[in-house]
Amino acid sequence: MSLVLFIEQVLNGFQFGIMLFLTAAGLTLVFGVMGLINLAHGSLFMIGAFAAASIAGWTGSFVLAIMASLAAAAAAGALVEVAVIRKLYDRDHLDQVLATFALILILSEGTRWIFGSFPLYLNIPSYLSGPISLPGGIQYPLYRLTIIIAGLFIALCLRQLILKTRIGMQIRAGESDREMIAVLGVNISWLYTLLFALGAALAGVAGGLVGALQSVQVGMGEPILILAFVVIVIGGIGSVKGALVASILVGLTDRLGSILMPEAFKLFLPPADATLMGSALSSMLIYILMAAVLVWKPTGLYGVRV
Amino acid sequence: MKLKIMLATAALAMTASAGLGETVKVGMITTLSGGGASLGTAIRDGFMLAIKQANNPNIEVIIEDDQRKPDIAVQLADRMIQSDKVDILTGIVWSNLALAVVPSVTAQGKFYLSPNAGPSALAGKNCHENYFNVAWQNDNLHEAAGGYANTAGYKNSFILAPNYPAGHDALAGYKRMHSGDIAGELLTKLGQTDYAAELAQIRASGADSVYFFLPGGMGISFVKQYADSGITIPMVGPGFSFDQDMLAAVGDAALGVRNTSQWNKDLDNRANAAFVTAYVDEYGRLPSLFASQGYDTANLLLSAMAEANISDRDAFRDALRAANFDSVRGDFEFAANHHPIQDIYVREVVLEDGVYTNKILSLAIENHADIHAANCSM
Amino acid sequence: MSREGWINIALILSLLAVPLWAQVADEPFLITLSTRVAIFALAGVGLNLALGLGGLVSLGHAAFFGIGGYAMGILASHAQSYAPILEVPLLIEGTKSMPVIWLTALLVSGLVALAIGALSLRTTGVYFIMITLAFGQMLYYFSISWPAYGGEDGLPIYTRNNFPGLNTLDPIQFFLISYVILCIALVFISLLTKSSFGLALNAARQSVRRVETVGISTYRVRLTAFVLSGMMTGLSGALFADLNRFVSPSMFSWQTSGEIMIFVILGGTARLFGPVAGAALFIVLEHLLGGISDYWLIFLGLLLLAVVLFARGGLIGLLAGSPSRSG
Repeated sequence: MSLVLFIEQVLNGFQFGIMLFLTAAGLTLVFGVMGLINLAHGSLFMIGAFAAASIAGWTGSFVLAIMASLAAAAAAGALVEVAVIRKLYDRDHLDQVLATFALILILSEGTRWIFGSFPLYLNIPSYLSGPISLPGGIQYPLYRLTIIIAGLFIALCLRQLILKTRIGMQIRAGESDREMIAVLGVNISWLYTLLFALGAALAGVAGGLVGALQSVQVGMGEPILILAFVVIVIGGIGSVKGALVASILVGLTDRLGSILMPEAFKLFLPPADATLMGSALSSMLIYILMAAVLVWKPTGLYGVRV
Repeated sequence: MKLKIMLATAALAMTASAGLGETVKVGMITTLSGGGASLGTAIRDGFMLAIKQANNPNIEVIIEDDQRKPDIAVQLADRMIQSDKVDILTGIVWSNLALAVVPSVTAQGKFYLSPNAGPSALAGKNCHENYFNVAWQNDNLHEAAGGYANTAGYKNSFILAPNYPAGHDALAGYKRMHSGDIAGELLTKLGQTDYAAELAQIRASGADSVYFFLPGGMGISFVKQYADSGITIPMVGPGFSFDQDMLAAVGDAALGVRNTSQWNKDLDNRANAAFVTAYVDEYGRLPSLFASQGYDTANLLLSAMAEANISDRDAFRDALRAANFDSVRGDFEFAANHHPIQDIYVREVVLEDGVYTNKILSLAIENHADIHAANCSM
Repeated sequence: MSREGWINIALILSLLAVPLWAQVADEPFLITLSTRVAIFALAGVGLNLALGLGGLVSLGHAAFFGIGGYAMGILASHAQSYAPILEVPLLIEGTKSMPVIWLTALLVSGLVALAIGALSLRTTGVYFIMITLAFGQMLYYFSISWPAYGGEDGLPIYTRNNFPGLNTLDPIQFFLISYVILCIALVFISLLTKSSFGLALNAARQSVRRVETVGISTYRVRLTAFVLSGMMTGLSGALFADLNRFVSPSMFSWQTSGEIMIFVILGGTARLFGPVAGAALFIVLEHLLGGISDYWLIFLGLLLLAVVLFARGGLIGLLAGSPSRSG
């Protein structure tokens, strides 16, 4: 395998990781502050993609579409928080898993009811399409590069928000002691709704951005949800920094694994068998990584609390 | 869901004269909810259009949703046979569901008419006299693509498919007919939505063409990302990846892509012209390949009903085997294993009056039968 | 007897009465549905041991369900094709005998549960939920991409396996087999709950420290419970495969894990007969709601939500009030 191919894969791993981070960040924040495990997070990702596709189809503007994905997911998140999620903070994880599983059913089938069973159209805008040349003779799609940069920018904004603003301070306070901030006179239910909507908005943007690359359809949120969980568990639940590190780790493992595993097996197996074995193993690789990390560090890389 | 479409009342059935007036009960199990619902919906719509046009009071169709789950499909088949007492089953979209359902249906003496799935096991050693596939054996469209690659002069193809049995069959089918070299071969994860890694390998491989089989959302994702990757070598796929109901979601990225299919809306025969017009009138959208297969399945059934009584299994089976109806794909006949021998065409994705659709370019492969028939001892 | 006791008896008797009536009334499909309830209930009873009694929220029980299914599929397919599974170092042949298949399913799912449990139980809380999910997903992807036993297509078995002295193809006889196994499992669990092991498991859920101070290793108690739980779910997987005469990777999917969990919670967590009530309710709903609308999953979702938010004891809790026993 050539070096160019390898570097391109590393970039792909980064791009995939950044998308995972946007989805996982909300999940991990919500868990860290509210102690809530939310299986319906993938549905918010889907809502973002559907909103983007609808607005892009209507106005033709990609920028508006991405803003719509953010707004729609945030609105849906706030609505779901007020209607359902709020009642789950004091419950055990089992109730949370079940109630949010129920939300997946409602949101997925509801979306199918509104938009129908056919996939929607959302494409990369012309000014971001096509490949560009990077140093070293690498051809890389401009859109994917844009995603990496936009994702890093959002991650930076999130960091500033948490470290530098008043809301961020309240979030951090909530992470370390939930009762405490209520005593301090912070309107806690408002803060929770806001935080949940923020997490939803991040997932929605990820959905809108990814929607231009793949098929916008019902059920697109579930695979990404499972991966986002893998990410936050590896990173340590509640840790945004852990989520970022784990996202990149998972992204790189997945992308490099899918080309390196078959190559590795070719060293001692005939090509057809090697492709088969390698593909089978590479699809399990992320989960093996997760199990390994948890056996080594039962609360993830940056996790402290259980 | 339990959508009972009663086109016949018991009274009507009784007043009909003896002979060919027996009521035939048909159970349709297809995917109407969840991810694959667009395919099942098209099959159902095509099938019901033909039933409606025939206006035959002696046919009753029960439609149920299998949610694309094999165990639900098995359960529905059991119910339809045990409680609803259907004579004929049809409708299944996916090969794995067909493999779960068909053997027990035929073993219980019922007919199964497949409007889509044609796994090799059911065409070869597990073929059955009561099983008919109206669409194709799974390998057919891939073989046709391999044949087309030869005529188009592709010498070095890169091929990829998901890592599951139909994917393995697809690659095998292409290689069976393609006489050139294989620049690379990849098995992707089922349900994968990001193909950056695969595209990087295609670019690095030096191939002169790409053949891929990625059904449903996977294909949409792949084609969009392919168009954005800057790779310029021609791409060929099987017809179902570029089908009418999919194209709107792919858009410009699909323009010019060649794909193989036994049917297209511009095929020049009278049955097809009538079908396309009626379908557009009825549902307000262009028919898809799957809709055409549903329509043909219903017409095959109706043609057999016109010639034999369902209670006389042998006569009814002979009538089915004769395939004496005007198929929208043009003439075809059943091989010994009850799978079609038919022409398969190459289509190109075009923009026609603002709608993405296909037009026929040429014949890819003529009077094609599948190779599994040799393993069928029927 | 407590009110819950009476409800349990009514429940288990009606699960028997419905198919018997169906047999007389010639409604064979109702028997098939009842068999489904019994088998799903068994899977739920298995999960309930870990989840209800042990407080181990496993989102990966589909792994055991699938392993049981494939134990049946692999043994029967080899028997069907007369090809031994293994020739070296010792000859292992396929079989169509249900008891042998069940033993294999119990053994293999027990071993896998031991491995998964040994690793997963090092974690707690959400990490435990997620690591069990990860193991389930591993097996799911493996079963899809491994072509030897059908991969994504699954593995059809053309006739049902045999049980000495019975005709298993007769729906009512196969129902009775599943029903008896379910009853044995229920008796087993009720004895287990009252045993010192059951008390230790229950105590470990409430307070780890209290159990550890009397010198019991909570890790071992939990691991034992997890293995027993996995074995029961594995056995139900083998029965489910025989009911459908088909196994496929969808048995391993995380939605399957979710569904088994739904049976337990709909019925009432940690209640002996909860999974029976839950599985029955789920199957009935699937048929009633499925008849109303294409989008019936929305209604199922709303109902589930209502149960979690407002009826925390599940169906049995709703009928019987709060638990009569504290242990």
